[in-house]
Amino acid sequence: MDTRFAQRRRRDLIMAVCFAVAAALVPLFVKDVYVQNIMVLTLMYAALSQSWNILSGYCGQISLGHALYFGLGAYTTALLFTKFGVLPWFGMLAGGVISALIAMALGYPCFRLRGHYFVIATIVIAETGLLLFQNWDWAGAALGIDIPIHGDSWLKFQFARSKLPYFYFALALACIAWLVTWWLEDSKWGYWWRAVKDNPDAAESLGVVVFDSKMGAAAVSAFLTAIGGSFYAQFVSYIDPGSVMGFQFSLLMALPAVIGGIGTLWGPVLGAVVLIPLTELTRSYIGGSGRGVDLIVYGSLIVLISLARPEGLIGLFSRGHRGPAR
Amino acid sequence: MTAETIIQSLASGLLMGLLYGLIAAGLALIFGLMDVVNFAHGEFLMVAMYATFFLFSFFALDPLLAAPLVAAALFVFGAVIYLLVVRFAMRAKANAGMVQIFSTFGLAIVMRGLAQYFFTPDYRSITHSWLGGKTVSIAGVFLPVPQLAGAAVSIAAFAALYFFIHSTDFGRALEATREDAGAVALVGIDKNRVFALGWGLGAALVGLAGAIMAIFFYVYPDVGASFALIAYVTVALGGFGSVFGAFAAGIIVGLVEAMTALILPPSLKSVGIYAVYLLVVFIRPRGLFGSL
Repeated sequence: MDTRFAQRRRRDLIMAVCFAVAAALVPLFVKDVYVQNIMVLTLMYAALSQSWNILSGYCGQISLGHALYFGLGAYTTALLFTKFGVLPWFGMLAGGVISALIAMALGYPCFRLRGHYFVIATIVIAETGLLLFQNWDWAGAALGIDIPIHGDSWLKFQFARSKLPYFYFALALACIAWLVTWWLEDSKWGYWWRAVKDNPDAAESLGVVVFDSKMGAAAVSAFLTAIGGSFYAQFVSYIDPGSVMGFQFSLLMALPAVIGGIGTLWGPVLGAVVLIPLTELTRSYIGGSGRGVDLIVYGSLIVLISLARPEGLIGLFSRGHRGPAR
Repeated sequence: MTAETIIQSLASGLLMGLLYGLIAAGLALIFGLMDVVNFAHGEFLMVAMYATFFLFSFFALDPLLAAPLVAAALFVFGAVIYLLVVRFAMRAKANAGMVQIFSTFGLAIVMRGLAQYFFTPDYRSITHSWLGGKTVSIAGVFLPVPQLAGAAVSIAAFAALYFFIHSTDFGRALEATREDAGAVALVGIDKNRVFALGWGLGAALVGLAGAIMAIFFYVYPDVGASFALIAYVTVALGGFGSVFGAFAAGIIVGLVEAMTALILPPSLKSVGIYAVYLLVVFIRPRGLFGSL
């Protein structure tokens, strides 16, 4: 029985390599900046949603406050660079570590909560972070931070002319998030998380350290999310609290995984590939009127997919397939 | 900070808290009945506020007179939403929790989009109503009349709800379905009908709140979002499953908000509410009166 799971994992890895290579070649044929922009966002959301999926999908601790870690990543990078001249690469790492530590500090009291009490705690904590940043003058308060651009530089990870470097970084990020998930799926942690998700009490009685499992998932998930936030800050070169820490962001991060298939390896990728281009296209082709038609289309889609495919769009591809081994 | 300022803000916090309780009542009722958190609850409030606004601008109907009509309209609206969307979300065998969150959240986005499409994103307000802009002074404390009316409506609504749940056949059916939705089918109660009526009742309560809110608050497509989070926190603070917990929690939330605004900058007034929520659930993981 184990061999089928091992086979599937090998197939997944080969598929991922093929997709990554194909994606890397796309910019050779697609020169349109608008399309490239959509591709960067798609890859970024694939990475973010994959990170969210580790805590909420695999470990079952539904977080609707991941905007906090995204924002912390963005702010750490931007503040270190603009105030102290620290290169974004180090800022990125610092943002990841800070977010992981904060996730564990918050997890300590929060992981005792269950169900909606936990979900609302995550929302409320992220909103508190948002309000604090909006009132923190040193960090630019509600106006935010403008990251000065001095031409193209890999060292400072900023590019004025071409989107391509951002594209390749986002691709690398999506690949790393995927690989981490792939690797964790078959590790001790992966089995623990699924046990915690299915039945925490039974898992505890079988010797799974439920609390540590949740803490581990939170740390990995927050670290990767913060890296995504750091990337976003460099990509848009301007951040303010609302645009990196707002509640909408927490939902946008969760949505690809939910639409694609929560708690699955490919769900977040599939969800992002379907959802993000669609969001961007409806926004620019019908949203231009400012009359909310884009919202109507987007919202209806979410309702329809979540009602028609509760297990996610991934269910269309794997008939009768049972997901990861238990 | 004088004693008068403190009493003054406690008084207005209390009034606002009663209104928060009323906004949260429908959410608490629906959750208690079927374990579903309606993520479009704020948008129900928005619909009620627009309905009140248009009844005012087309028929010059004062919000106080419009309130029962709006509540009735929202009753139908809530029941229809249950039958069209939520009923199907309840059937999901996989990821039931996420399906409910995201189908109602998608619905919220659609409703916001529709409001923008038909009513434009403009801020609107009811310019002159019987109560709007008036204040009364009781023992030296100034109280805004619209909020005072809201508090009275809230207390009356909770009293009516209490009577309704405990003394009518439908109320008993509601309680029984809440206890065991499978068993009520055996005694001939149609579960779907009870759920639809529950959604109608929940929406009617937020309809009442919306009619009062429209007297003193701007009406715009995103207005619900700012109150929805307070409503979720109120319901959780009171304890999921307890409608009257939401009433008590609403008052606490209003008072905490008013107190925080005295100590911290007004833009941080919600931080106090969030802190109290976290503090309470860290000590009592099921809220103040949670029964689950």
